[in-house]
Amino acid sequence: MPCRSLWQGRDPLFRDGQRVSDSQTQARAEDVARAAYGKLIAMLASRSGDIMAAEDALADAFVSALKTWPTRGIPDKPEAWLLTVAKNRRIDQVRKDARLVITDEANEMADTQAIEPQEAQFDERLKLLYVCAHPALDEGIRTPLMLQTVLGLEAKQIAEAFLVKPATMAQRLVRAKRKIKSAGIPFVIPEPEAYPERMSAVLEAVYGAYAVDWLEGDSDLCHEAFFLSNILAQLAPEEPETLGLTALIGFIEARRDARISNGILVPVPEQDTERWDHQLIDRSVSLLTQAALRRVPKQIPGRFQLEAAIQAVHAARAATGQTDWRALSQLYHGLMTAYPTIGGAVSRAAAVAEDAGALEGLKLLDQIAFDGLDTYQPYHAVRAHCLAEHDQIAEAAEAYAKAIAFCTDGPSKKWLEKKIAVLREKMS
Amino acid sequence: MRYTFLLYSDPAMAAGMSQEDWAESKKAFGIYIGALQEAGVFIDTDWLQPAETATTITLASGEKRIQDGPFAETKETLGGFFAINVENLDVALKWAEQCPAVHYGKVEIRSSAMGNV
Repeated sequence: MPCRSLWQGRDPLFRDGQRVSDSQTQARAEDVARAAYGKLIAMLASRSGDIMAAEDALADAFVSALKTWPTRGIPDKPEAWLLTVAKNRRIDQVRKDARLVITDEANEMADTQAIEPQEAQFDERLKLLYVCAHPALDEGIRTPLMLQTVLGLEAKQIAEAFLVKPATMAQRLVRAKRKIKSAGIPFVIPEPEAYPERMSAVLEAVYGAYAVDWLEGDSDLCHEAFFLSNILAQLAPEEPETLGLTALIGFIEARRDARISNGILVPVPEQDTERWDHQLIDRSVSLLTQAALRRVPKQIPGRFQLEAAIQAVHAARAATGQTDWRALSQLYHGLMTAYPTIGGAVSRAAAVAEDAGALEGLKLLDQIAFDGLDTYQPYHAVRAHCLAEHDQIAEAAEAYAKAIAFCTDGPSKKWLEKKIAVLREKMS
Repeated sequence: MRYTFLLYSDPAMAAGMSQEDWAESKKAFGIYIGALQEAGVFIDTDWLQPAETATTITLASGEKRIQDGPFAETKETLGGFFAINVENLDVALKWAEQCPAVHYGKVEIRSSAMGNV
């Protein structure tokens, strides 16, 4: 995130050639910066609509914090401190830029007294979310824009997640921010009749934020995404997908402590259910039930509700002791019919292989016609598993090797390596 | 904020319009202008002669060039505009949606760059 690299890049531990602070201050400062980022951007940009100016002002405020906090200590209300400094920076900037008369904006910004970020943070951040999901913005930029402005991800990280060049992503983000300001996209909560349309883009972005590094464990981004989905579920519970997304993230979060063991990925059906957060699972089940109750009769459930239902089937193993692969096959079939994705297609084949046999799974895998399949790690992993079950050991090992080649995270890679080692033992 | 609605449509469509159709269209625009005025957001509007009557002038290459016709030949041409003064893009979108031109053409919404200098 911008703030993270900001903290790390300017070496705040050194001042006048002397080490003046400890790593605790540094870590605390980082925490504040990361937690507050989206709130502060939202508050700074809300009136002027100028997100880029808000980002610049906040970056300056972070630099000031790095200079003063290690020696004077972290202020009681660090967020308010950052906001005040950022607002003052903006006033300076406006004065510097002003060649003619400054309009009422300067007066408004000069009012830095009594700033209480805690009071305003909810609505302002939500308004920013809705700005980013505005129909006047290109659909493809909405999620990246939210990831950057609300959750504080760097263009480079977003580019990686979206598989585009960092420079391209940065350019598209700047263009979107310019449009928000110049076209006058308002920072407001949309009227209730606009919820469904605007909400789906917001939900996609929140889930996108969660998916960026959910696997590697205890990241703030995951908490932030889960937090945002909870706010959205509170704001628009009549929109079933807000509940569906919150349930979905809840189910995945509940397995946090069980999914990696000794640095190796543990697939959901093999996880120790004792290590699952059962309270969170119960809450997610209840949210999913509420979503179903609020759905218009005979309406196809939204994508997040279907995905949450899939996770609910996995969660049921804690009570029943076994995974209901038949139910999973059916749910994936429904998901693929209404919302086809490469991930859904591969997962469906995996579920069918468990339910109806490896050969059926392989058949489905052969039918997948998505771009990028050849470099999609789960495809090769599922294929390897099916081949191994079908006693095509050498082919299976080959497929695992391909999966490893396209694997981008450590725990999954180690798991795949373990699988390949077992096969090699069989072969020798 | 000042917004200009640029009304684009295919002139071929107007060719087949009857006397009654024209009267109907004029009436719809009259009602729309009335609504804009009543809301206190109306600034200006115009209905333009067809694009083939346009004259285009430029000095961009250093010398004066006058061309018969619009600067670009397109199927849909600029046929008129509205300038209104509203709070933000959401309000502008709501007004644009009520413009009669959306039913047979496209309305491009552009905010004013003056005042943002």
